[in-house]
Amino acid sequence: MTVQRDDVIAWIQAFTAAITENKGYLTQLDSDIGDGDHGTNMDRGFQAVSAKVPELADKDIGAILKTVGMTLVSTVGGASGPLYGTFFLQAGSATTGKLELSLADWVAALQAGVDGVIMRGKASPGDKTMIDALTPALQTLKESASKGSGFAVALRASADACEQGMLATIPLVARKGRASYLGERSAGHQDPGATSSHLLLRAAAQVWANQEG
Amino acid sequence: MKKLINKPEDVVKEALQAMALAHADLIKVCYNPDYIVRVGGPVQGKVGLLSGGGSGHEPMHGGFVGMGMLDAACPGAVFTSPTPDQMLAATKAIDGGAGVLHIVKNYTGDILNFEMAADLAKAEGITVEAVITNDDVAVKDSLYTAGRRGVGVTVLAEKITGAAAEQKRSLKAVADICRKVNANGRTMGMALTSCTVPQAGKPTFELPEDEMEIGIGIHGEPGRARMKLKTAAEITEMLVSPILEDLPFKTGDSVLAFVNGLGGTPLIELYVIYNELAKILGGRQIKIARNLIGSYITSLDMAGCSITLVKMDDELLSLWDAPVKTSGLRWGI
Repeated sequence: MTVQRDDVIAWIQAFTAAITENKGYLTQLDSDIGDGDHGTNMDRGFQAVSAKVPELADKDIGAILKTVGMTLVSTVGGASGPLYGTFFLQAGSATTGKLELSLADWVAALQAGVDGVIMRGKASPGDKTMIDALTPALQTLKESASKGSGFAVALRASADACEQGMLATIPLVARKGRASYLGERSAGHQDPGATSSHLLLRAAAQVWANQEG
Repeated sequence: MKKLINKPEDVVKEALQAMALAHADLIKVCYNPDYIVRVGGPVQGKVGLLSGGGSGHEPMHGGFVGMGMLDAACPGAVFTSPTPDQMLAATKAIDGGAGVLHIVKNYTGDILNFEMAADLAKAEGITVEAVITNDDVAVKDSLYTAGRRGVGVTVLAEKITGAAAEQKRSLKAVADICRKVNANGRTMGMALTSCTVPQAGKPTFELPEDEMEIGIGIHGEPGRARMKLKTAAEITEMLVSPILEDLPFKTGDSVLAFVNGLGGTPLIELYVIYNELAKILGGRQIKIARNLIGSYITSLDMAGCSITLVKMDDELLSLWDAPVKTSGLRWGI
């Protein structure tokens, strides 16, 4: 199995739909420990991305991802704009000129995206951020690839690890972003950025691995 | 929610259009990406000053664009950082060849967006420096938080730094003045009521009629403590004591005292607070060399105030006194 350009666009559209569907939920999570705009801001960004989809069809995968990144950077604002924007820009740089992705290509893209988020946000694992969901997802993906797993199996395992990482943010005390002002009071809440990160990689697993549910 | 609005999503754009209409002698508003820029710029050989942040804090920052203060300001959605494309366009518009200084309040979103903008501007050959304001003593400054928030000092830093830039000092010298104001300044705020974000439609937090929040942030972030309402004298003491201890301010110091309204508090109450502040500082032989009283960094319709003190020297005083002509602050011309 390889991922074609159309599949990448379908992934972005599936993630957009997931953001719209979960807009209120993400905003509620963010109201508990942040400033209550994560769902609204992400939805604004991905609606702008949706409007650009018609001009993406004849581009290579790197260019598609970079367009998504630039659109997010210029429409989302807050912290999630630069973080998700950087994720897509870096993943796009790692896939420049590609017309399809193998599992190894996707590992490289996800690695570049996660490295970009870490570089931009300077978060470490355990800070209660999207990194806590993305890092185990990347790690599991790499392990699957080195074991010789199929692409579909690896995608599902990666999304599952992402979900575990997201859930593991609940007891953490935030050390980055606006939630850090709450100190101990931030424990007991699931991180909104980790939650949207899980939606992102779950959408990839569902669309690319034809996984139900 | 009772507000003078048409549609919640149109508030920021309509306010920008109004500013362009009302202050055409001072500023121009550019759209897509949105920023407010001083007319007649860029001034050749002068460091360009850019600030920005979420909307809802008016007159900060757009009201401080003009001669002697900012060259441009980028407004975000309400309480949401503006985006790098706005900042890049504004940076290019105000670069008069001497570089551009970004004045950034210490919030994660603002920092990340301004960093991306600085990277993009540098890639286009513009020299950019950034100074981050972080004066809110309500927040513990530690490795385990995003650090102290940038609040009241930002207004004063924009004025004083603007005067230094007007004298055509170098980018490094202008940035150093801004850092000095931030290093010498401390702020603490309190709320009597929550604010209501137009698009949220309901108050950001619940605060009972007889309670107040000490150490509130300008977006309604929780403060240090919630307690029963006290007198203006007691409240002033609770705000100013941690400020004085933190720098620390000492006997014989000369200060700029800034009593700021958060949007829903009348000027007469700010004067009551100032009266108490003058008594406390007088008792400690700290001299109020200059003052600013009014609502300059607000939190929409929140009732409450903040107190900012900046330790001043002759250089900072002369820069504070220098002429300024913006819609929000105007003197000496």
